[in-house]
Amino acid sequence: MEKITGAEALMRALEHEGVDVLFGYPGGSIMPTYDALYDHKKTLNHILVRHEQGAVHAAQGYARVSGKVGCAIVTSGPGATNTVTGIADAMIDSTPMVVICGQVGVAMLGTDAFQEVDVVGITSPISKWSYQIRRAEDVAWAVSRAFYIAKSGRPGPVVLDFAKNAQTGMVNYEPADVDFIRSYDPEPDVNMADIERAAKLINASVKPFVLVGQGVELGNAQEELKTLLEKADIPCGTTFLGLSAIASDHRLNMGILGMHGNLGPNVMTNQCDLLIAIGMRFDDRVTGNLATYAKQAKIIHFDIDPAEFNKNVSVDLTVLGNCKTTLAAVTKLVDTAKHTAWIEGFKPYAEKEYNKVIDRALHPTEGPLLMGEVIRKVSEAANNEGILVTDVGQNQLMACRYFKFTKHRSVVTSGGLGTMGYGLPAAIGATFGAPDRTVCLFVGDGGLQMTIQELGTIMEQGAPVKIILLNNNYLGNVRQWQEMFFAHRYSFTPMLNPDYELIAKGYGIPAKTVIERQDLDAAIAEMLATPGPYLLQCAIKEEDNVLPMTPPGANIDEMLLEIK
Amino acid sequence: MEQDTTKLYTFLIYSENVPGLLSQITAVFTRRQVNIESLNVCASSTPGAHKYTVTANCDERMARILTAQIEKRIEVLQAHYYTDDQLFINETALFKLSTPVMLKNPDVGRLIRFHNARIIEVNSTYAVVEITGITNDILSLFDALKSMDCVLQFVRSGRICITKSRVEHLDEYLAVREAKRNALLKN
Repeated sequence: MEKITGAEALMRALEHEGVDVLFGYPGGSIMPTYDALYDHKKTLNHILVRHEQGAVHAAQGYARVSGKVGCAIVTSGPGATNTVTGIADAMIDSTPMVVICGQVGVAMLGTDAFQEVDVVGITSPISKWSYQIRRAEDVAWAVSRAFYIAKSGRPGPVVLDFAKNAQTGMVNYEPADVDFIRSYDPEPDVNMADIERAAKLINASVKPFVLVGQGVELGNAQEELKTLLEKADIPCGTTFLGLSAIASDHRLNMGILGMHGNLGPNVMTNQCDLLIAIGMRFDDRVTGNLATYAKQAKIIHFDIDPAEFNKNVSVDLTVLGNCKTTLAAVTKLVDTAKHTAWIEGFKPYAEKEYNKVIDRALHPTEGPLLMGEVIRKVSEAANNEGILVTDVGQNQLMACRYFKFTKHRSVVTSGGLGTMGYGLPAAIGATFGAPDRTVCLFVGDGGLQMTIQELGTIMEQGAPVKIILLNNNYLGNVRQWQEMFFAHRYSFTPMLNPDYELIAKGYGIPAKTVIERQDLDAAIAEMLATPGPYLLQCAIKEEDNVLPMTPPGANIDEMLLEIK
Repeated sequence: MEQDTTKLYTFLIYSENVPGLLSQITAVFTRRQVNIESLNVCASSTPGAHKYTVTANCDERMARILTAQIEKRIEVLQAHYYTDDQLFINETALFKLSTPVMLKNPDVGRLIRFHNARIIEVNSTYAVVEITGITNDILSLFDALKSMDCVLQFVRSGRICITKSRVEHLDEYLAVREAKRNALLKN
């Protein structure tokens, strides 16, 4: 058998895993791997980012929309530490990703060598698995194990710390196929007794309510969810990450849960008699005050991760397993039902929210542009079939509220970690993960500048990201909190902005600025009709607020519809 | 005032024998502000599996969360938490005592015999005494010797224990996993 280097073995192992896109940035300790990559350019499409943080967020965006494992490759030391934010983000948002970091040779480990850092030590607490490859012989096994861990069970990020001597060492390469780890059970057997108990609780309920989380998308259980909801006639609310698991206009979709969600789902959480949580983790942004959260209801929790059970909210029944299997099993046992009166009960809250908040956000007749109207118009101009990518802050909250979804796997947003700067690189990744779809990024003037260098990646790749910059000259969400909870003391939230149109043009990206409402439709049409990337800057109202809102720590059903 | 529901729990954790797991396990406690009281790591009776014995004060809800988060680490086979009544517990302690003080004060020798401790080395400068027992026995001997001003050094091991249960959870788990592996191989 021909001997090859560990770096070449990595290339073959990645190809064996079906990797077709890598986001990365070369450097000293990963150079043997980049040298091997030079011969694999046809099969492994390497996207050169402009900063390692961009590589991990792009891999996340790719993974979210494609359902495949995103892959990033960087050098040791600063290259590796620059990926930390993205790894933590992928961990809390359950995004399958493999990050390959260069590392100094084994002989240099622990000597404070140039660009040496304890990558495994740093990333262990924020990754699903972190492993140092010290010998070329371990490459095939480690890569296969990494991909298996990243994508199975509750997905997450895996880090491979690839020592330089393992890259240059020679090995008889044979592909590995890890599909079993004794200490790790990603697909636990379904307990039929729990399924029967769940069905019994659902059949006995007169006011059931389903909370849809990202687990439904991760488990590809969108159809199973819909079948259950329709058969048992159960209304649902979604988390931000679960938004596209069910069509926005489905008659049983009552809207978004949590702090900036919709009034109905939040109020009814505290009125239902049975709360059925599916693939979600009761984040504090979803529950508000735990002491008053759904205390009147029995709670069933479906999840693939047993560590999520009774972590934040004590529940009456847990159903462990992939929700694709568990939902199908429970649906067989639930009665066909009608909960007409209960579902009708959501309507007054929807109407109240529409009249006090939504109508004003979507149909203003005077004053500066509002975030909501821009977002809804973009969504509709893309036939509500676009992929929504957001940054973090008001742009994210508003985009999640007003973008509409008809297709699954259409939300790319930093939910758990709330990473500003996530949006632009994640959108680049999304264009590679779903090349046939329209990728719409909503980003604020703060977040855009955190990873603005990735405009260079967009330029080089022609990545067709439609960047909608909602510019209010503020760090808007912090400003809103300062207005509401810190007596209008705008401590370092106003921001002097550069000429973004000029910057985009410097990168060869077509750009336009809209100030007047009457120009908005045409500008959106031009953006979507222009092939490739586009930056549409919207000069939005400077001190606009995201409403409704449950103040932090308040009861989830006590949403503010206006700020007095 | 809220009732204090914390007590000493013993966590028995079994893992594959891979480097770096100890810091992953202790990080689970640290992140949740739970202080580890004692820690013992050794090979278990199952080949290839390591056993961690950790004690910490917390309430039961936290013990459950810690156990779940530890078990979530890829290379951890199983984690369980126990109260003292579910375990056979032992600790060992060593004392280095001043021989001149011992010779001067016959109570020291009486105390050692009273506590069933063993003298394992004596020379003109010091004596080494070993005791095995539960924490309170060891600490009461320590307090008594300390009051006699003869303790030069003292060390107490972490807790070691075995469960009173008639079921061996780890063996059962490994059997289930082995069956799953065989089923996968057949497919």
